Amino acid sequence: MARVAPFTAAPQPRGGVGSRARLALVDALLAEQEVRPCAVLALRWLARHTGVERGLCAVVESESGRLVGLTGIGLSLSSVDSFSLDLGDRMHPLIVALAGSEPVAFRGQGLRQPLDTPLGSEPFYAVPLAGQGDSGDVGSGLLLLSGIDPASAITATTEAVEEDVRWAAEILGMRLQSLLYRRSQVDERRYKREQSWLFGIINAVTDPILLTDGDGKILVANASAEMLLTADDQKSEGRRRAVALNNMLFSASIFTSGAGGGPSRHELLLVDPTEGQDLLFEVMSTPVKIRAGETGTVSVLRNVTDLRRATDEIEENYRRLRIAEAETRAERDRLDLVLNSALDPILVTDPSGNIVLMNPPAERMFTVERGGGSEAERRVRANDAVFTSFVSGLYASQSLRWRGELSLVDPQSGATVPVEAISGKVLSKHGEDTAVVTILHDLTEAVEKQRLYEQVKRHSEELREKVREATAELAEQNELLRRQAFQLEQASAAKSQFLANVSHELRTPLNAIIGYTHLLLEGVSGEITRPQREKLNRMDSNARHLLAIINDLLDLARIESGKMPVQLERVVLQELIDEVMTEVEPLIDRAMLAVTWHISSEVPAIQTDRQKVKQIVLNLLSNALKFTPQGSVSIRLEHDEENENICIAVADSGIGISEDNQKTIFEAFQQADSSYARRQGGTGLGLTICRRLASILDGRIHLVSRLGEGSTFTLVLPRHARAS
Amino acid sequence: MSDADEKTPLVLVVDDVAHGREIFAEYLEFRGFRVATAEDGIEAMDKAFELRPDVILMDLSLPGIDGWEATRRLKQDERTRAIPIIALTAHALASAHDRAKDVGCDAVVTKPCIPKDLEAEVRRQLALRGGRAGN
Repeated sequence: MARVAPFTAAPQPRGGVGSRARLALVDALLAEQEVRPCAVLALRWLARHTGVERGLCAVVESESGRLVGLTGIGLSLSSVDSFSLDLGDRMHPLIVALAGSEPVAFRGQGLRQPLDTPLGSEPFYAVPLAGQGDSGDVGSGLLLLSGIDPASAITATTEAVEEDVRWAAEILGMRLQSLLYRRSQVDERRYKREQSWLFGIINAVTDPILLTDGDGKILVANASAEMLLTADDQKSEGRRRAVALNNMLFSASIFTSGAGGGPSRHELLLVDPTEGQDLLFEVMSTPVKIRAGETGTVSVLRNVTDLRRATDEIEENYRRLRIAEAETRAERDRLDLVLNSALDPILVTDPSGNIVLMNPPAERMFTVERGGGSEAERRVRANDAVFTSFVSGLYASQSLRWRGELSLVDPQSGATVPVEAISGKVLSKHGEDTAVVTILHDLTEAVEKQRLYEQVKRHSEELREKVREATAELAEQNELLRRQAFQLEQASAAKSQFLANVSHELRTPLNAIIGYTHLLLEGVSGEITRPQREKLNRMDSNARHLLAIINDLLDLARIESGKMPVQLERVVLQELIDEVMTEVEPLIDRAMLAVTWHISSEVPAIQTDRQKVKQIVLNLLSNALKFTPQGSVSIRLEHDEENENICIAVADSGIGISEDNQKTIFEAFQQADSSYARRQGGTGLGLTICRRLASILDGRIHLVSRLGEGSTFTLVLPRHARAS
Repeated sequence: MSDADEKTPLVLVVDDVAHGREIFAEYLEFRGFRVATAEDGIEAMDKAFELRPDVILMDLSLPGIDGWEATRRLKQDERTRAIPIIALTAHALASAHDRAKDVGCDAVVTKPCIPKDLEAEVRRQLALRGGRAGN
């Protein structure tokens, strides 16, 4: 301050500029309250009065410790702004000039290298401004002026110019210093006021706001933040713990979020130190420069606990809504599917009778396709009228269901479609009619079926009637047959009884004849003569023949009436033939014939009725012996393996049988030569009985014969006779 | 009836037909048997209990109690059970014979019958019982 002279005590001008001009500058400077315009005024004054062409005013900026460009004339704004010199660079010619009190002339050629100034390479003066900078040992600023040639020799004129420049620099320096001092005073007050406003503002914000340094230490915190994050010793233990926990959580979150470098947003769960419940905050962190080279973080915490709860609730509600919506949609889709897949027409009508919903089959009946034609339209209208009238009946009635048969018309073909309509009312909660659902069922098929059914039923009835008639007839026939069968049975039984009786009644007198004959022959009634004996023998012989006939007749009758019992057993034919041979031995003796037999031992035993086989063989052998006056008789037993048959052949060299007689020989009482046969005591029934017996045993008898050359009768038997 | 020895076998001939009785009775007496006769079932049983014959020749078709029934009764009675009964019948059917065997007849002989054959059957029955044969 000592170097600042009072304005009133301005020195007497010694330069070329008059007092009036100097006074004008002083007035102008005093009238101006801002630093930069003052500098501009001074530079312009110098340009007008001293010939300065271009000039730069630089001032010391104590905060940064640099000499920086303030303003200039004849210079670009950017070159002024970019001018900056470190005050610490004490060797710099301009810093040296700043520290001095006299103007220094720079003429270019004296320098080792040109100085980097907005004035370029022209010669210039560096004139220190009056007053002292904050740093103490340098001036408050520097004027760099060109256009006045420092190289020219010192003349009276140049001296005057130098004097004017020195004066202007001093005046400007004093004015600038004064302005700068006053400005710092004003700034201090404003700073204090604004700081209190700022604190007021951030404390008024209910969201916690914090400024932390690079280490996470809290530099500034508003009231809400302090409530969460600070606690003095008077507070309860629980609160201190909660605060400690919150601090830890907060610091951790700051470090994690600070990694990005830019503003970030994250969530933070803290504890309410008073209430103890969880609080969810959304933290917005913004990095800020807190001092040179150090970055801190401003964090604004917004309590989103309620918001989150509300959000969760909204989300939950939304989710439920979505589900409900999906269900409803699914329900509707299902309903649509049901409706659309139904083959029967389904219609929904509102209480006014308007159709509000139809499935495709219904559409076919109640809508006209584009270009369907007036005929189709007319039919659809007719259908609609029929349907509406039906549904209105339901609305008019009290019942919930309504059934009817309608006659619709196929709009395309015009064919009559009989349908069964079933309608149901859909009621609201309050019991009001809201809609009627109607299902139409095509009865065409049912009607056709009914018709066919009737037809079938009619045919069936006719058939049943016919069957009934036939059955009745059959029953009648059956009854007739049954009666006939009964009669036949009775007749048969009567016949059998008759035969038995005949047999019995014939035998009784025959017994008397044979008996008395024998009594006489035995001499019971005394001696008899030879002629008497001969006659008695004839009687006996004839009586026995009669008996044989009776026996044969009885056999035949029994065979024919099916009453001949068959007893199957295992029969060894070799043994059977032996027996037969033994029995006919007397006959053989009497016949004086050569009898030979060929009995194969290979023939197996057979299943048959022994008595009947014996009867047949005996008969055949007897016949052979009887009808062979001379010659030979042979018996052959063989096994016809090919046909699984057993053959017993009886061959003789007797009288033989003519071809004609061969056909009838097996018939009753058909002997080839009856007179001869009678002489031989034949009954005429033997072969008949043999053939019948063979048949009963599933066998047969065949004959090979030639008249005069003999006959061969062969009995063929199966190995197993069937039990009949 | 001859006054033959008590030991001579007694044959009871039962037949409703007179000549039937006569032929066999006469022949058997001629052959040395003692013979008694009966005309029907009742008489046959009376004679059987009374005389205890050694053999009974029983006709089957009899009036009243027939031969089958009489045989059944005699065979059920202690006194006559052991007496052999030969059915003597003009019935030729096996069924009649079977019925006779069923009621207890020891043998069946079909009429007409040669007297000599009948005697042989009587002797056979007596031999089976260990009885003595006449002559």
